Amino acid sequence: MIHSLFIINPSGDVFMEKHWKSVISRSVCDYFFDHQRKASSPEDIPPVIATPHHYLISVYRSSMFFVAVCTTEVAPLFVVEFLHRVVDTFEDYFSECTESIIKEHYVVVYELLDEMLDNGFPLATESNILKELIKPPNILRTIANTVTGKSNVSSTLPSGQLSNIPWRRTGVKYTNNEAYFDMIEEVDAIIDKSGSTVCAEIQGYIDCCIKLSGMPDLSLSFVNPRLFDDVSFHPCVRFKRWESERVLSFIPPDGNFRLMSYHIGSQSIVAIPVYVRHSLCLRESGSGGRLDITLGPKQTLGRTIENVVLEIPMPKSVLNCGLVTNQGKYTFDPVSKLLVWEVGRIDVTKLPNIRGTISLQSGSPPVEANPSINVS
Amino acid sequence: MLDSNKDNLKLEAMKRIIGMVAKGREASDLFPAVVKNVVSKNIEVKKLVYVYLVRYAEEQQDLALLSISTFQRALKDPNQLIRASALRVLSSIRVTMIVPIVMLAIKDAAADMSPYVRKTAAHAIPKLYSLDQDQKEELIQVLEKLLYDKTTLVVGSAVMAFEEVCPERIDLIHKNFRKLCSLLVDVDEWGQVVIINMLTRYARSQFTDPNLQDVDEDEESKRPFYEDENEVDEEQQEKRAPTLDPDHRLLLRSAKPLLQSRNAAVVLSVAQLYHHTAPRSEVHQVAKAMIRLLRSHREVQDIVLTSIAATATRRKVMFEPFLKSFFVRSSDATHIKLLKLEILTSLATESSVGIILRELQTYVAAHDPPFVAAAIQAIGRCASNIKEVTDTCLNGLVSLLSNKDQAVVAESVVVIKKLLQTQPSAHREIIIQMAKLVDSVTVPQARASILWLLGEYSERVPKIAPDVLRKMAKTFTSEEDIVKLQVMTLAVKLCLTNPKQTKLLCQYVLQLAKYDQNYDLRDRARFLRHIIFPADAESGGPTRLSKQAKKIFLAPKPAPVPESHFKDREQFQLGSLSHYINTKANGYQELPPFPLEAPDPKARDVETEPQVMEQAPLFTAKKVSSKKDSKFYSDTESPEDESEEDENSSDEDDDDDEEEEDSSSDKDEEEDDNEDEESSGLEEKLPKKVVKSNAKPKSDEEEEEDESDEDDSSSESVSDSDSEDESSEPSSVPKKQTRNAKPAKESTPVVKPKSNLDLLLDLDDGVFCQLISKVLSVIFCFQFLQHLLQS
Repeated sequence: MIHSLFIINPSGDVFMEKHWKSVISRSVCDYFFDHQRKASSPEDIPPVIATPHHYLISVYRSSMFFVAVCTTEVAPLFVVEFLHRVVDTFEDYFSECTESIIKEHYVVVYELLDEMLDNGFPLATESNILKELIKPPNILRTIANTVTGKSNVSSTLPSGQLSNIPWRRTGVKYTNNEAYFDMIEEVDAIIDKSGSTVCAEIQGYIDCCIKLSGMPDLSLSFVNPRLFDDVSFHPCVRFKRWESERVLSFIPPDGNFRLMSYHIGSQSIVAIPVYVRHSLCLRESGSGGRLDITLGPKQTLGRTIENVVLEIPMPKSVLNCGLVTNQGKYTFDPVSKLLVWEVGRIDVTKLPNIRGTISLQSGSPPVEANPSINVS
Repeated sequence: MLDSNKDNLKLEAMKRIIGMVAKGREASDLFPAVVKNVVSKNIEVKKLVYVYLVRYAEEQQDLALLSISTFQRALKDPNQLIRASALRVLSSIRVTMIVPIVMLAIKDAAADMSPYVRKTAAHAIPKLYSLDQDQKEELIQVLEKLLYDKTTLVVGSAVMAFEEVCPERIDLIHKNFRKLCSLLVDVDEWGQVVIINMLTRYARSQFTDPNLQDVDEDEESKRPFYEDENEVDEEQQEKRAPTLDPDHRLLLRSAKPLLQSRNAAVVLSVAQLYHHTAPRSEVHQVAKAMIRLLRSHREVQDIVLTSIAATATRRKVMFEPFLKSFFVRSSDATHIKLLKLEILTSLATESSVGIILRELQTYVAAHDPPFVAAAIQAIGRCASNIKEVTDTCLNGLVSLLSNKDQAVVAESVVVIKKLLQTQPSAHREIIIQMAKLVDSVTVPQARASILWLLGEYSERVPKIAPDVLRKMAKTFTSEEDIVKLQVMTLAVKLCLTNPKQTKLLCQYVLQLAKYDQNYDLRDRARFLRHIIFPADAESGGPTRLSKQAKKIFLAPKPAPVPESHFKDREQFQLGSLSHYINTKANGYQELPPFPLEAPDPKARDVETEPQVMEQAPLFTAKKVSSKKDSKFYSDTESPEDESEEDENSSDEDDDDDEEEEDSSSDKDEEEDDNEDEESSGLEEKLPKKVVKSNAKPKSDEEEEEDESDEDDSSSESVSDSDSEDESSEPSSVPKKQTRNAKPAKESTPVVKPKSNLDLLLDLDDGVFCQLISKVLSVIFCFQFLQHLLQS
């Protein structure tokens, strides 16, 4: 199982290490750095690297690498999933997970890692349990602790650990009982040059913030559950009930969590809320090109589309862009060659448009740009 | 500071030391000072000392022994958390001297009351094993006991320990197999992964191959089988199912809901279980879940795609409906793009190749060189795998030859070369066009390919080939080695077919090569010269060789068969580390082939009942309550029977419950809630339906709908259980309801619905059922009294 964990910052320093079995020298990370040098971007580093004696399994989150060292056969996804869970827990505890935050709270981080893994095997990963074992840091408590001499570490075993509902604390009390549900849907589509959809799929999540007292048992039913191609649930959801009645029945954890995520695949018809009309021509001769992009709403059923952002990774040869927008702002980063146009709300009467010239390095071949759109 | 009396100062000092440890700095010289503090009363100091101790005990064995007595004392602590953490640290101190102490501690802990401590004991087993291999036999005995445990908390860890210590002792699993299957859903995610992987191996060794009988008929019926996934399929499955061992079926059935787990590792392990053990007709069920994982983190995508790529080479049809999910997005990382291409080409069939080729065409225009190259190769693979499209592909590739990008041209040349080899019929124009490219292409690989082609098919272009050779001879010295080699080959081939025009040129080229810096080239030149131009005509040997020269050089060559390089991965268990890196990893357990004859299934028959009876009733009670726990989520509802109290067992139960309460006073409360539900469910005579109105505080739900989900009618409706509650105050509702439920509860024990017995059917022993129901009723009553007292 997981032998050691190294956390590496973008500049290639191992700034934290933790060993669950005997100590492995940090020089093992050199193999990782070799691969890092070879890869063009941090995303391209293979998640599993085999070295003569160890296997390095890494994830890349918030511009840090979490490298787990294993010595024996283990399901790689097991480790990857665990590392992501570690990062999620850090984010949960410290509200963000950056190098400086981890350095600042190294004691809590260390205690957390110690609680989460025993001898390389996950022990307690449910954030509700961890929070009972080790209180998340906040200023008020720090002050209170120094005054009263109390500690952040609980001395009793959280009751949740023992129950069959490990995700929920017992004895939760709220004066205002409330539950919030967020539905997030992402539409991913590939659209060809002529504007017809090649493939489109929806990935949706239901995130909850539950603040209910006691042991609430909720059910959530859908108008048309058949639409879901594939779903995955938080462990609190009763599988059987979903299979027989298509009703989500669950005892929620306390606080924020992701109840379910679902996928509506490429077989069903997915409506894409916006369309893009573009013309981009980069001439080889001379040193200029023209760009003209218009955005418009499509099948929105009367709702407005907001926070539209358009990103175009430009070919290497583009030097700069001189563009005019009738709405929103655009930025062009000459280093990463990324053109970002923040459109904002789409007004049906006046369609947002961006046009202008692009200056090119002379003599470089034209390349077809492929815009990817991010609507939120 | 560590010697100070104040906890605050100590804590501060420990924090700094831990900071040093975390940064990887050496802190071992502080060991004596730190170890003293292991007796500290302050729990946080203690914890940090533990962390330090585990890190450095190995280096300072003698001093570490000083701390042992503290742990031994802590092992007897009434607080289960302290017991468990003492055992954890004790077993983590890798000092050989304490092996007997740890052994003793593990034995004690394995029989501990608290499942948490037992879980820790299970964790400690592999630690001790790695410290001292001689303890194996004794450890296995403890492990056997732990495997019998029926608590979900313990089972996962016990199986993990089993995998580490004695994966070959498959006989230990027999008795627990059915229990493991039924508990699977409730075990924690990490335990699920380990259990499923272990059970896959188990299934491979204990059940016969489900695909054995229907191999031939499956080939024909495959297609209609996979296309519709609904009712029809189910029926057909049913027809075939009887060939499966009932236990095998149980395993597959209990693993299936886990495909919906949020944990990718669990999903993939179920997928591999199906891949390796399920009947062919059922494997496709996992495809959908695997596709879903593609939306996860990059690392997850990568590993899942690798698995899919390996599966797709063998089970094409499985992923065919999801073809479009493998279309490449411009935002994907390069290695993910490459994997997707790999899968796309593996999936290509006559019907789908059109769409795929269109996609591939667009990919060629991308600006990611390795990806473009792979896309062109993919076109080549499609072309040679599917005969119908070869010509179209070839035309497409030829048009790419006029592309502005050098790399694209070069790659297409190489691919065209391979394609032409497969069907060398009449492609004269292409060869001519390629010959023209020699002047412009600079990538050595491509130049070499062109030259080779010209040499091979020089008869078709008798005029051009010698001309090219002339040009190449001129630039010979400035070429790359790989091109030089091909120039020589071309020269020799031409010299054989068309000696009149090229003999001199050939000699010239070989002469140049003779003085090349590369020894490989020089060797080749010498070798060729002796075959083509035997130096001494009088000796017989060389002439015989040179007579055969034409046969040697112009022999028809078999066309290369482009294959997926994922083909050879079948030997490894899907989703394992070895599978990913395609070499055997340390400690990899081979998947055994299915046995021809199934071993005796009776081995799995659980005759644990008598054993349990023999044990103290105390243990029975524990077992029962865990049984009930497990049912809680596995089944929709489990209203248990209630009957008169059994005097004998009640005392023990009370003890047991009190024990539980010491640690977790709230646990009962939550169980009460469940029971409230259950009992009221009984009352309403709707045992199948979870009564959601009960024990559910009214909630002010607020929905925030996203803009983008407008027209798919999945508009969520948060069920506000009962709308009439809306007006009443949120907090008061649950209390009222529980109060309502209580009298109902008191009356229910008399009502004894027979139908509920079937929930306990898996315990086939009727007597045992009776016992359970009695014991349960005792627990319930006790908890109710408690509850009443509390409220």
